[in-house]
Amino acid sequence: MKSIYFDNAATTPVRKEVFTAMKPYFSTYFGNPSSLHAKGLEARDAVEEARKLIAEILNCATDELIFTSGGTESVNLAIKGIAFARKKGHIITQKTEHDAVLETCKWLEKQGFELTYLNVDEFGLVKPEQVEKHIRKDTILVSIMYANNEIGTIQPIKEIAEVCRKHEVLFHTDACQAAGYLDMDVKNLGIDLMTINGSKIYGPKGVGLLFIKKGIEIEPLLHGGGQEYGLRSGTENVPAIVGFAKALELAQKEKVTEVQRLTALQDRLVSGLQRIADSKLNGHPQKRLPNNVNVSIYGVEGEAVLLMLNEKGICASTGSACSTKSLEASHVLLAMGMSHEMAHGSLRFSLGKHTKEKDISRLMKVLPGIVKKLRDMSPIKAEVRNG
Amino acid sequence: MAEKKWFYTDIVKEHFFNPRNILKTDKEAEEFAKHADGVGEVGSPICGDVMKLWIKIKDNKIVDCRWQTFGCASAIASASMMSEMVKENGGMNIEDALNITAQDIVKKLEGLPARKIHCSVLGHKALRAALNDYFCKTGQKDRMVKDEKHTC
Ligand SMILES: Cc1ncc(COP(=O)(O)O)c(C=O)c1O
Ligand code: FES
Repeated sequence: MKSIYFDNAATTPVRKEVFTAMKPYFSTYFGNPSSLHAKGLEARDAVEEARKLIAEILNCATDELIFTSGGTESVNLAIKGIAFARKKGHIITQKTEHDAVLETCKWLEKQGFELTYLNVDEFGLVKPEQVEKHIRKDTILVSIMYANNEIGTIQPIKEIAEVCRKHEVLFHTDACQAAGYLDMDVKNLGIDLMTINGSKIYGPKGVGLLFIKKGIEIEPLLHGGGQEYGLRSGTENVPAIVGFAKALELAQKEKVTEVQRLTALQDRLVSGLQRIADSKLNGHPQKRLPNNVNVSIYGVEGEAVLLMLNEKGICASTGSACSTKSLEASHVLLAMGMSHEMAHGSLRFSLGKHTKEKDISRLMKVLPGIVKKLRDMSPIKAEVRNG
Repeated sequence: MAEKKWFYTDIVKEHFFNPRNILKTDKEAEEFAKHADGVGEVGSPICGDVMKLWIKIKDNKIVDCRWQTFGCASAIASASMMSEMVKENGGMNIEDALNITAQDIVKKLEGLPARKIHCSVLGHKALRAALNDYFCKTGQKDRMVKDEKHTC
């Protein structure tokens, strides 16, 4: 039986069209984009074509886009780059950010920057008023993600951007999870810096970009040959950049129909999961990505469910892919005020381009049995569960 | 179905999917509890998972050892392995059982990742709590394990 992949929020497969577009840039057009000869110029053209394509999609200028090695690097460049350019000051973020943001912020705290980690409500939402309340005279940057990777909650970034603009504070958003599904027009959204990557949109892994609005002063993290307008030295990953642009182009083209299709599948999965007693859908019921379903099932341990599903050929996740490395229940769910028992029993099913109705049916066929088996062997009793 | 790739060792897998001495349902647990000589329930201070374990004692030996858990795969495999170790050859004597270490269990499971070592002791903590319960009920307070909280 073919395995079913419900972990598209961790990463997606490279789609055929993208792979085809990338292929010539490994061995045929292998040149270094900085070289002045024909081989180099071929590669340079490819990188600049990609940049132009993406600039059109994001509604920005080409020289506002810096290619990087992925989401983590873009986030680091955005936050540290601004911090280093200003040398000191206060940064606002929030508690359910990806570790790329949280760990960067924690590190900056050690370097003497002041950080505010905003609380979220039970749906994982931050309110623009909260941001406004915490902006100080020395606030240099606000970084709030577009959509959450664990629970799919979509933050009101347009409104937050407006608050930031009013107070003349820079605003960065980590849009890695949003790129395939939401509005990516940086002018319409009014943002100053935005991170996206290839690995969540059927593009290659290890490539991403940072949009930096013209005029913003930022320090590079990588020094060297001065590529990417001097903001990111190192020979460009030409095939990855070509693939990334192709992936984003296709994602934007198919967005409307794909969002519709996934929303219907998502509804179907959610109503199936709701038939499992003592389970709860996490995140916001409406303000959520169309491909993310995060559920807590009381009294079962998420990892145990995940491993039993794996044995049935179904790939899911207990939260972020990174959470396999730590013991703590998800920092996202705990920030939303969830109890340990519920947070530890959380599972994420992230749908994608290849998800079909019959995959959801198969999941719903095996999951209730697994839950029953684990609940039956659990000393946490039903009475407690119900009361 | 084709064999799926598995993150932990094969022996962890075997015990996770076929846990030994587990009480599969509440009913089984109730039945066993009626004749148990001691019961212990502990939570992991690290992750908050829960293990409950019942024992039967005869001639200072643990002749039976059953358990239930709200725990991860490593905790399930470890408790399963430990229960087998304890029951081997007609039952381990109490002193030897108290001396089982995390390393003993991990070794038998052919390894666990570092972050999962705490899971391997959850079953053993529950065993010590169950033994305290037994010592307590049988008026052997002097034998109680100090680090496992239990009030008579
Ligand atoms: C919201 C978010 N930010 C950042 C990242 C990190 O991106 P990358 O793995 O490309 O470094 C991811 C994905 O892992 C993500 O989901
Ligand atoms: S993570 Fe809690 S017992 Fe293993």
